[in-house]
Amino acid sequence: MSEALVDVQGVSKRFGRRLDTVERLARRLGSDISEEIVHAVDAVSLKVAEGEVLGLVGESGCGKSTLGRVISGLLPASSGRVLYRGADPSLLKGDEARAAKLNRQMIFQDPYSSLNPRMQVRGIIGEAPRYHGLCDRAGLEGYIDAIMAKVGLEPSFKDRYPHQFSGGQRQRIGIARALAVKPDFIVCDEPIAALDVSIQAQIINLFMKLRSELGLTYLFISHDLGVVEHLSDTVAIMYLGRIVETAAAEELFSHPNHPYTLALLAEVPRLGGRKKDFSVIKGEIPSPLDPPRGCHFHPRCPHAMPRCAAEIPASREILGGHFSACHLNGG
Amino acid sequence: MMQDQSVLAVEGLRSHFFTRAGVVKAVDGVSLHVARGEILGIAGESGSGKSVTAFSILKLVDPPGRVIAGRVDFGGQDLLSCDEESIRRIRGKRIAMIFQDPMMTLNPLMSIADQMVESIKAHERTTRAAALARCAATLEKVGIPDAARRLLAYPHQFSGGMRQRVAIAIALLHKPDLIIADEPTTALDVTIQGQILHEMRQLCDELGMALIWISHDLAVLGNLCDRINVMYAGRVVEAGRAEDLLERPVHPYTRGLVGSVPGNSRRGQELTQIPGMPPNMLDLPDGCAFRPRCPRSGDECAMEIGVRVLGDGREYRCLHPHLESGK
Repeated sequence: MSEALVDVQGVSKRFGRRLDTVERLARRLGSDISEEIVHAVDAVSLKVAEGEVLGLVGESGCGKSTLGRVISGLLPASSGRVLYRGADPSLLKGDEARAAKLNRQMIFQDPYSSLNPRMQVRGIIGEAPRYHGLCDRAGLEGYIDAIMAKVGLEPSFKDRYPHQFSGGQRQRIGIARALAVKPDFIVCDEPIAALDVSIQAQIINLFMKLRSELGLTYLFISHDLGVVEHLSDTVAIMYLGRIVETAAAEELFSHPNHPYTLALLAEVPRLGGRKKDFSVIKGEIPSPLDPPRGCHFHPRCPHAMPRCAAEIPASREILGGHFSACHLNGG
Repeated sequence: MMQDQSVLAVEGLRSHFFTRAGVVKAVDGVSLHVARGEILGIAGESGSGKSVTAFSILKLVDPPGRVIAGRVDFGGQDLLSCDEESIRRIRGKRIAMIFQDPMMTLNPLMSIADQMVESIKAHERTTRAAALARCAATLEKVGIPDAARRLLAYPHQFSGGMRQRVAIAIALLHKPDLIIADEPTTALDVTIQGQILHEMRQLCDELGMALIWISHDLAVLGNLCDRINVMYAGRVVEAGRAEDLLERPVHPYTRGLVGSVPGNSRRGQELTQIPGMPPNMLDLPDGCAFRPRCPRSGDECAMEIGVRVLGDGREYRCLHPHLESGK
């Protein structure tokens, strides 16, 4: 395997609230108050190779957006580390740290709340490259025009405000903003979920075009298996803070191994399917405040054994490059 | 096109919104029908008029909107000419509605029991104990375990999927002839959506209810529905049996929609995309509203286009349909 561009090593992210004085006092007096901690991301390891598209799939609340934010550097990890080109960006200094930050950009789900409504498009796109000295004052106009043209926006619209654009166009502005600092790695957090069906296809095509033109690497976060299957080289399935299965896209969709992946694939409505029976999977996603012991999926799993409730399954390579964390695989 | 066993038949429905900026023709000549035990899908993007169609059927369009023409035939009665009192007796009892966001439709300050009993007592005289027993039985039917105890809970104590089940249970309380569901699973996760789709189909088979399911997701509609109507800019541009329509779409817009759904067969290749943007409803082009985005359109598309019918019950509004055999 070629050198990983991004190497995520045992990253966990916990959100919690410290007890206030009264609560600490109450605890000292014997009350069973404890700190509420959400394990949003729980010891995740991943590698993204240069030029690859890694699809990260999971249902709401599984921690995929949090993981995306940790990987892009927006949130610090509670434990573990994220290596970018072999180095930990949080330990770098000066120009190297800045380069590592600029090289990892993010595109957000909601093109309505992720753009400043009081800034013109020229400011939204041009602010970062100007500040970071990627282009001089004289060249800025041309620089903005070129990026807008690249993402399919009419450059003459650059004096407009975000509310004057449709959802699809705003998402293009968000993409242009990310591209303006010449990143090589982009975390796309559900970038098409808020768009209309006919516009989704336009944006997916744009992502593929930009990838081949600029040699970008994507971490593509989505709950939509169809989109992920279409775009990704490698797919990682996430459930309640943990990665349960990783494999090349063809392999994962043709030979899914983990019971959760199987259930997800069975539930996704497809255009070809007619009157198929839904509901292979029972119950709901448990609260991340109080996740089940052992394998997080065992209360809903049709194959659960006593061992699943006691022991966290390790991720095992079941075939070249196909990893699955399930006790059914033995070991 | 009217069928004898139709539960509901809508003819030439027009609902316009008279705003300060101009007239929005949200629904502009929609005809549809649904039979007992049948599931009709209405597909369309945001702003295509699919929700306003549903609201118009129940006379729920608020000013500045108004239903200006059409007939909604429900069991021999024209709902649009009903007075407020008679439509109130039908709403919730014989035609029920389920909305997209159950957090918005359930009252956060009332327990589930109170909300359900209220909707029983709105239509029937019964004791609270009898009503509660019926509520619990209905909740069990939509897959809420331990229903008698859960009745005492408040909406915020339920997850999104469970809240939507409560909303479905409220719709089922009076065993309605027709349920209109407006994007009911859009806010839910795929595994939960799968459970609800499964339960809805069972309920339709079991109770012989008719169901109108509104969604932008063609794959969901294809798996659930018997027939699908595709809407664009306030009109039904194509209607037909679900499998035929998705396999051999005739209207260029339907064809574009089907082509733009990512599927395994074309992995990594460019998706067929519909160029341009959804139309501005304040300023629709003459004739076919899809004309500016359509690869097949010509000058003749600027005139009014009537409904054409194919042999297999397919209806469409297009002068340049994809009628050639094969893909």
